Amino acid sequence: MAQKTFKVTADSGIHARPATALVNQAGQFSSDINLEYNGKTVNLKSIMGVMSLGIPSGAEITVKAEGNDADEAIAGIENVIKTEGLGE
Amino acid sequence: MSEIISGIAASAGIAIAKAFLLENPELEIVKKTVENTDQEINRFQQAVDKAKTELAAIKDRAFAELGEDKAAIFAAHLLVLDDPELIDTVKQKIENEKANAESAMDEISSMFITMFEQMDNEYMKERAADIRDVSKRVLSHLLDVKFATPASISEEVIIIAEDLTPSDTAQLNRQFVKGFATDIGGRTSHSAIMSRSMEIPAVVGTKSITSQVENGVTVIIDGLGGKVIIDPSDDVVKEYQEKQESYARQKAEWAKLVNEATTSEDGHHAELAANIGTPADVQGVLENGGEGVGLYRTEFLYMGRDQLPTEEEQYNAYKEVLVKMGEKPVVIRTLDIGGDKELPYLDLPKEMNPFLGFRAIRLCLEEQDMFRTQLRALLRASAHGNLKIMFPMIATLDEFRSAKGILLEEKEKLKAEGTEVSDSIEIGIMVEIPSTAVMADIFAKEVDFFSIGTNDLIQYTMAADRMNEQVSYLYQPYSPAILRLVKMVIDAAHKEGKWAGMCGEMAGDPIAIPILLGLGLDEFSMSATSILPARSQIAKLSKEKIESSLDQILNMSTTAEVEAFVKENF
Repeated sequence: MAQKTFKVTADSGIHARPATALVNQAGQFSSDINLEYNGKTVNLKSIMGVMSLGIPSGAEITVKAEGNDADEAIAGIENVIKTEGLGE
Repeated sequence: MSEIISGIAASAGIAIAKAFLLENPELEIVKKTVENTDQEINRFQQAVDKAKTELAAIKDRAFAELGEDKAAIFAAHLLVLDDPELIDTVKQKIENEKANAESAMDEISSMFITMFEQMDNEYMKERAADIRDVSKRVLSHLLDVKFATPASISEEVIIIAEDLTPSDTAQLNRQFVKGFATDIGGRTSHSAIMSRSMEIPAVVGTKSITSQVENGVTVIIDGLGGKVIIDPSDDVVKEYQEKQESYARQKAEWAKLVNEATTSEDGHHAELAANIGTPADVQGVLENGGEGVGLYRTEFLYMGRDQLPTEEEQYNAYKEVLVKMGEKPVVIRTLDIGGDKELPYLDLPKEMNPFLGFRAIRLCLEEQDMFRTQLRALLRASAHGNLKIMFPMIATLDEFRSAKGILLEEKEKLKAEGTEVSDSIEIGIMVEIPSTAVMADIFAKEVDFFSIGTNDLIQYTMAADRMNEQVSYLYQPYSPAILRLVKMVIDAAHKEGKWAGMCGEMAGDPIAIPILLGLGLDEFSMSATSILPARSQIAKLSKEKIESSLDQILNMSTTAEVEAFVKENF
């Protein structure tokens, strides 16, 4: 399993547009990918799951991937978080 | 017989065409047990795939016609149809419970819709509408029900609907859809916002238009007056065709002025700014050629929630406005709550005369924790633009000194903490209480600017509750009494080398504008859509000519005389 924690720095948190980018990216991998925030875990391939967390600016989120492309998945998601200016 | 129905003017303009009723048929979901679950899952997947193909087409069209931002909604819709939490759960339900696809889809999507509807956030609540939109599309394929889609329209029409969903509005073909009217919705509902960005006339919130119009009947949408006229006579059609032409001419004239400075015929410059309530309003300010924000009402940050907004939330909102406005000035008014605007969570006692009671700066000077939080957010945001801070409801110089003192204390604290704060923030006051207008010459020595809040100044000067219809005749912006007070404030400011603005309704009023220009008002702040008409009006006025009539105007006896004089002479 691979995992990584990020801090959300985007002013409006993770809204529809960045959530779309994250979910699209997660869908590229066969691993199970989960997103944890504030004690809740959702499937990162689920747009409704990600949106339902209502992640605000300043939040700490953890992405966990399990499967044969887990490391690539984490790297891919990190790339989206950075290129979308979502967090660090 | 023609009939007139009133609603909310959502998007300006006039449209005349035949009605096209866009009705969404009821989807009847019957729960059944299926034998062959594999076949049912297959049927479900086919419906999902068809819906995806449609949505992809809608997305492309939205991208081409409305731009990337609006198309993003449909990218999200498409993802909903790929969402394992939805799709896999429906499939599992079919498999495990031998449920038919329609009932499984309906139940699971309803669960998500309810979940989003219950969220404590307007934005998330709206997402429920997105899910409903997507799930209806899948269900219509499962049930083989055809929706009347706006995409199929190929002649000029006016759309009549209960409401328009995002996918409906994106499919509207501007070549054929001339306008629309809906039963529900307000100025800020989705359909209203879309109609403005597509620039097609619309009237929303008519309550009953769908039950009063039949397909094919001629309909006039008056998006200026918020009216829908059904089956008009030839004379009425002709009258509206003329209105339509004159509005088109006017719009073309206004559009040329977006990037122009506001200058009178004789070369005098005035600043036309906008009143806003949220950061989202800034776009409209810039599109309408606003030279600044003359009043940012911060109350909206505090309203519609169950606790005070944090410093961070406020900072983000103020910063967003300042950044978007760039170098242009932004006057932010500190919290003006009380009177007609209540905050349930502050638990303030009911008052006999709330407009004369514990409100605005009076409340802030008492509830200092709340006030200081706002001031810190403002000070931190000041590093990102051209901020001016304004205190509301100042009645005495002591109040202004106390408020300014607290502001400076917080500024020192922030600087000591190493936070960047602008050193050129102007600090001013709203002039809305007659005592302050009368003492403006004394205030002018200490404040950096005045902004005259006419809505309250008129009600306090005339002692007439502006919410009480029986005394509404006393709401007289052109009353010589009000004009004299306004003159006192402007003159007092100029004598000390300060500026005077106005942020009440009066600043955008075509009758008041010539007088205010003549009196030397420096900044006019109004609703964004009034800016271009005001700029066009000022370009035709000569300040010098008005100045020579000022004595005469200020010595008139009645409001009616003033109004008649302005209409005749300027």
